[in-house]
Amino acid sequence: MGVIETHGLTKRFGELVAVDNLDLDVAEGEIFGLLGPNGAGKTTTISMLATLLGLDSGSASVAGFDVVRQPAKVREQIGIVFQDPSSDDILTGHENLYLHGLMYGVPRAVIPGRIEEALELVQLKGREHDLVRTYSGGMRRRLELVRGLLHHPRILFLDEPTLGLDPQTRQRIWAHIESIVAERKVTIILTTHYMEEADRLCDRLAIIDFGRIVALDTPTALKAVVGGDTVQLEVADSTAAAAALEALECVSHCEVREGRLDVAVQEVAQNLPAVFAAAGEIASFNVRNTTLDDVFLHYTGHDIRDESAEGVAKHMSRVRLVPK
Amino acid sequence: MSQLSGLYAIWLREVKVFFREYSRLIGSVLTPLLWLVVVGKGIGASIEDEASFGGYGYDTFIFPGILCMTVLFQSVFYGLYIVWDRKIDFLKEVLAAPLHRSTIFLGKVLGGVTDSMVQVTIIVILGYFIFPELRENYTVQSLAIVYLFMFLLAVTMTSIGLIIGSRMESPEGFSLIVSLVVFPMYFLSGALFLKRNLTSEAPYLYWATVANPVSYAVDAIRYTLLPVEAFNEFGLARDLAVLGGFCLVLLAIGTWAFRTMRI
Repeated sequence: MGVIETHGLTKRFGELVAVDNLDLDVAEGEIFGLLGPNGAGKTTTISMLATLLGLDSGSASVAGFDVVRQPAKVREQIGIVFQDPSSDDILTGHENLYLHGLMYGVPRAVIPGRIEEALELVQLKGREHDLVRTYSGGMRRRLELVRGLLHHPRILFLDEPTLGLDPQTRQRIWAHIESIVAERKVTIILTTHYMEEADRLCDRLAIIDFGRIVALDTPTALKAVVGGDTVQLEVADSTAAAAALEALECVSHCEVREGRLDVAVQEVAQNLPAVFAAAGEIASFNVRNTTLDDVFLHYTGHDIRDESAEGVAKHMSRVRLVPK
Repeated sequence: MSQLSGLYAIWLREVKVFFREYSRLIGSVLTPLLWLVVVGKGIGASIEDEASFGGYGYDTFIFPGILCMTVLFQSVFYGLYIVWDRKIDFLKEVLAAPLHRSTIFLGKVLGGVTDSMVQVTIIVILGYFIFPELRENYTVQSLAIVYLFMFLLAVTMTSIGLIIGSRMESPEGFSLIVSLVVFPMYFLSGALFLKRNLTSEAPYLYWATVANPVSYAVDAIRYTLLPVEAFNEFGLARDLAVLGGFCLVLLAIGTWAFRTMRI
């Protein structure tokens, strides 16, 4: 039985269905990703699992406890790192960690050691007695990451752990998350809309769009579904070229997008000459390894960063949990 | 045990933040001083018959009322910080903790009460120097009674502030609602006049003062610091019973409000 299970989990905000009939089953010790654009219902899902938000129908259990009937039991098992900064910026980093330890039931004698360890892990030693308002965004994020872990939760929710951070900081936080998992058997549910993040960290991931799971598997298996790497071609006559390419055995599928051909090719190194031969006169070409971006596009028909699309923007503005 | 640590943590945070923001302290001392010096002296100067205030000057007469005002305003407006916690998302960190909602509420109440007690203590000390005629009444026994009632008033009013705050999303909305609550409570507490004088002139106002928890704190503290029989309007026993009752009821409502609060 999974450490986190949901059955038909649903949450509505007015007419909008933010989370729609979600079925999840997360195993102990797994890093499970919820991948989707802003407003897909990831934060809403996490809020329900963390007992911060009620659900409209369906059920969810965390560590064997029902989130509606036994919220206090659930809260004893979890740690959560929120998407928005949630430390008190008029307190120091050390004070934030200390108060967290007290509130989350860490024995008082153990707290100083845990704080030391945490500060070392995210290289905040030396700055711990400065007010959090003097921290950079990355420092604050790192502080909140180790704060969520301070009480050694069995299950950790990470809501967009690297949102808005620069690439170096992001790399460092990924390394921290990996070291945490290596060190302790902790189950992590991670939401993200960064493909690299999901690809690097997650054992399995669910692609979520408009509150529904559109695909669920390991990153490798998801990428395999796209049918090999993508060859992008600009040709004189795209319709004719597409027909010729589709006929090739090594081509899984071929799509015309804005005058450009996206051809999914298996074993691309061997089959490239055959592809070129079939395409006819080529103006330009590009070969890309399959990324989760392609997977997302494959399943949803739109790009994950396609936030200007009206439907997504409208959805997003209404799903935002906390009005600012 | 872990609930106790949590209670301590929530209280500790409030106290740390309080002492870190000097402006809160200074601002809260200035208003009562303005009332005592400007309103007290100003109106006092145009009162010819001092007998109507038990032989005390008007500024001395309102001093106990101003102590209650300090506690009242400070305590109710403290509820703003729960709105603020929600805005900076610190509230989520607290609500996701394995703590009972009653622990969280109680920790917040104690934090607010501590703030109020520190601030009103400054006014109590200033009063000792401003009003020489009161000094003989600053005994251990009378101060114990004064602090008991200020404490009960602070618990009651902090609860009201937190209950309102638990339902509000914007600081502006909170301030608006709280002003509607706090000013009538202040003016109808008898802080600035004797309630019994209303019985013939405006009986409905008198009944409003009877329904107001602040009245009982004003009554008890005034009679303790200015032991004139005419100031003993309700009697200490009734003051304690009624204010204590309000206190318990609001603590219960507050716990419920926190249990049903949304992020």
